[in-house]
Amino acid sequence: MTDASTNSAPAARKGASLHRTDPRTRRRNGAERRFRLYGAAAISMGLLFLCVLAVSIIRSGAPAFTHAVVEVEFTLSEAQFEEAESQLLKTAVYERYFNAALTAQLRDAGFDVAFDENTIRRIIGKTGGTIRSYYRADPDRVGESVTLDLPVSSRVNGYIKGRVTRENLLDSRFLTQADLDLVDAMRDRGLIETKFNWGFLTGKDSGVDNPGGAGIGASVVGSFFMMLVVLVLSLPIGVAASIYLEEFAPRNWFTDMIEVNISNLAAVPSIVFGILGLAVFIQFMHLPQSAPLVGGLVLTLMTLPTIIISTRASLKAVPPSIRDAALGVGASKMQSVFHHVLPLAMPGILTGTIIGLAQALGETAPLLLIGMVGFVARQYPDGVVDGFLDPNSAMPAQIYTWASRADPAFYEKAWGGIIVLLVFLLAMNIVAIILRRRFERRW
Amino acid sequence: MPVLWLVLIVATLALGGFFAGRRRALSDAGGDHRRLHSLPAYYGWNAALKVAVPAAGVLTVWLLAQPLVVGLVVVGDLPQDVVTEGSSMDLVMSEVRRTVSGLEGAVAAGVMSPEEARSPLLDAQRISEALREAGQIVSGQLPQPVISAAQQMRQLDNAGDWLMSGAALAAALAGLLWALRETGAAFRARNAVENGLRAVLVAAASLAVLTTLGIVLSLIFNTVEFFRIYPASEFFGSLTWSPSFGGRSELGIWPLLWGTLYISLIALIVAVPIGLFAAIYLSEYASRRVRSVVKPLLEVLAGIPTIVYGLFALLTVGPLLMEVFGNEGLGWMRSGTAVMTAGLVMGIMLIPFVSSLSDDIINAVPQSLRDGSYGLGATQSETIRKVILPAALPGIVGAILLATSRAIGETMIVVLGAGAAARLSLNPFDAMTTITAKIVSQLTGDADFSSPEALVAFALGMTLFVITLALNIVALVVVRKYREQYE
Repeated sequence: MTDASTNSAPAARKGASLHRTDPRTRRRNGAERRFRLYGAAAISMGLLFLCVLAVSIIRSGAPAFTHAVVEVEFTLSEAQFEEAESQLLKTAVYERYFNAALTAQLRDAGFDVAFDENTIRRIIGKTGGTIRSYYRADPDRVGESVTLDLPVSSRVNGYIKGRVTRENLLDSRFLTQADLDLVDAMRDRGLIETKFNWGFLTGKDSGVDNPGGAGIGASVVGSFFMMLVVLVLSLPIGVAASIYLEEFAPRNWFTDMIEVNISNLAAVPSIVFGILGLAVFIQFMHLPQSAPLVGGLVLTLMTLPTIIISTRASLKAVPPSIRDAALGVGASKMQSVFHHVLPLAMPGILTGTIIGLAQALGETAPLLLIGMVGFVARQYPDGVVDGFLDPNSAMPAQIYTWASRADPAFYEKAWGGIIVLLVFLLAMNIVAIILRRRFERRW
Repeated sequence: MPVLWLVLIVATLALGGFFAGRRRALSDAGGDHRRLHSLPAYYGWNAALKVAVPAAGVLTVWLLAQPLVVGLVVVGDLPQDVVTEGSSMDLVMSEVRRTVSGLEGAVAAGVMSPEEARSPLLDAQRISEALREAGQIVSGQLPQPVISAAQQMRQLDNAGDWLMSGAALAAALAGLLWALRETGAAFRARNAVENGLRAVLVAAASLAVLTTLGIVLSLIFNTVEFFRIYPASEFFGSLTWSPSFGGRSELGIWPLLWGTLYISLIALIVAVPIGLFAAIYLSEYASRRVRSVVKPLLEVLAGIPTIVYGLFALLTVGPLLMEVFGNEGLGWMRSGTAVMTAGLVMGIMLIPFVSSLSDDIINAVPQSLRDGSYGLGATQSETIRKVILPAALPGIVGAILLATSRAIGETMIVVLGAGAAARLSLNPFDAMTTITAKIVSQLTGDADFSSPEALVAFALGMTLFVITLALNIVALVVVRKYREQYE
């Protein structure tokens, strides 16, 4: 007993007190604070990246939705129309008439800036094609006085939006300082206005020399047909595969092989699916290149693992009591699955499908390989069958095409295309979230 | 007969089969469905399935096999001397195919009568005339054997189409007869339908295996083809990559592999610390409210398509880095597209990938380990560093491996952000290129698919597939082992 009491009080450390932290504790607390700070810093970094990304998308993409137009009153006489149509280079003749009319109009308005027809050509670019198709679409307009809204050339457009400034503009055959004087004068009088560019949303792709006329509409249609193929194929196949694996499959080597395959396919790089599409669908089966059908088939194979994984999760979430009850009243195994389990799992399946489709919509790499990039989507498909089989572009492929063109005016279009693509993705994800919120069931 | 019509006819037959089967069963039972073995609809479904499935099977197999068989027959009949110097059978055959579609177009446009398109007197001049009239592209002079091969192919295709229609319709009708014969009150229709349905389910599940098989076969065939015309020792041994379509190209994989690994390394250096710390903070420190806001926000980064990141690298990050490291600044960087640009952006893309996987894994560490550590007087950070991280390490390694495989297989960011020059360099501000970027550039040009410059893409794809597959399998095994440890 006595020796216990002599040893009982451990040698108290010098200055140890609950009220004063010793250096060791302080060090440990400091480490704790620092560690916590690292974590917070990491999260702020992640969120910062997200903000930078969002800001740069919106800042660079928003200008694509507006464009500057010149409002010109113009009359094409019957004789001029006849003459222009009889020439070999028809558009050039239209352009000459138009430029002459505009020059006269500006002179009448008394602009005190020196300019000539070349200046006008540099400002509004090639207008002949637009004017010709305008009159050919409705010949009654010939002879009438009409107000044309013509988009200005891409460089002037850039100047008005602030992408090109006077300082970094070198006099070139494309645009000179004197041209900008005229542009400024026209803007002061309200002849050049900035308007919402519907043509970007509804238009088709243009050639490399006409960034102003490029629109994303045709490739939206291409993407739509592709998603249709993906939906029609991957939903039934994915659901059937999941039902088999989740409800019927015996545990044997075959089922194991399928499981391993599905989890591996989910991680195969998308470009490899592109190679598959190229080799099997185009080289071997000779399906048409750049067709939305082929793109849809490739994306179906890519989306299947995603859909199967989410479908299996929602089938698993249906409690076994439902199956037991169905079997108990005399349903067959197949009936219990198709009449009871599947309807209950449907909201989850649809959510997973929409998310899979959203992923497929943004996928680019496989589309490069099946030829959706070299193709310039100059027109809308004529009908439903053509929509699947005629070469077309898709939104991400179109964005890539624009991004790889030399003219920086196309970059703006690419960013604008990204905004359109992200709006679609956002809409799909919101639908998925609403579906989940509304129909999710906790057992 | 167009396939669409055939499909519609078979569908109509199936619909008819449904009603006929149902009716027959009911009449056999004297209109009293209680005397039937199964519900009446099952008899209908039985007939419909027996019409549709065999016909669809015949159709699919035929559509897949016919081009192959016709191609083989036509190749067999072509005289050997059409394959001239510098050409190959594939090129001749693609010319034959072009001629066939040209003839079809000319007949469809009405500038050439069907008889004329078949006649043996048809020569190259008449074809180019007709094609020009039909507004199609005309190639140079066609040799006579190609024209007759094209005519033969047309004939075979035509005959094949008719035979296919006949076979598919016969299969459908036979199925209908079979179903109607067996239909009776005692027939176990439900069992028959359910067995059929089950077969459909199995077929759907096997599609995953078929896809893998398709990937592996298409890669292997073309890779073998590539190694036949280009020595494998050069592909794996050479340190230069300089494809030239004129011939004498050097196609060594090392510069591409180096670029791939270098960019992935930078991406991981960005993504792993940020992702890991974010996961630790979210799972151990963050309040429920912060977590419910921050976690989805971070995962938005994973849902953004890679083309967006590619553009971000090319147009935002590249110029930004140029301002700091370019000629205006430190002078290390020559152009905006570089390993650093692509690596940084790819790192951003991988953050949510690392963080959500690690988050799951850290959450799976049992609470008892934490409690034990706190009980011994450890602070929270000490617990994390000394107890939780070591326990979660295998899982985190698995997550990092999965992220690596993602980085190696990523295409759009490197195509747009990393440049196109294949070089072996240590400077992260140099432009380099990767396996994926070169697959794209070799297969999107105008090269024909039998040249080594195009086929090399398949060998590259094979390499990529093997690397990512190995990484995934190792990662999955590691993660599964780890999960079992705590379950």
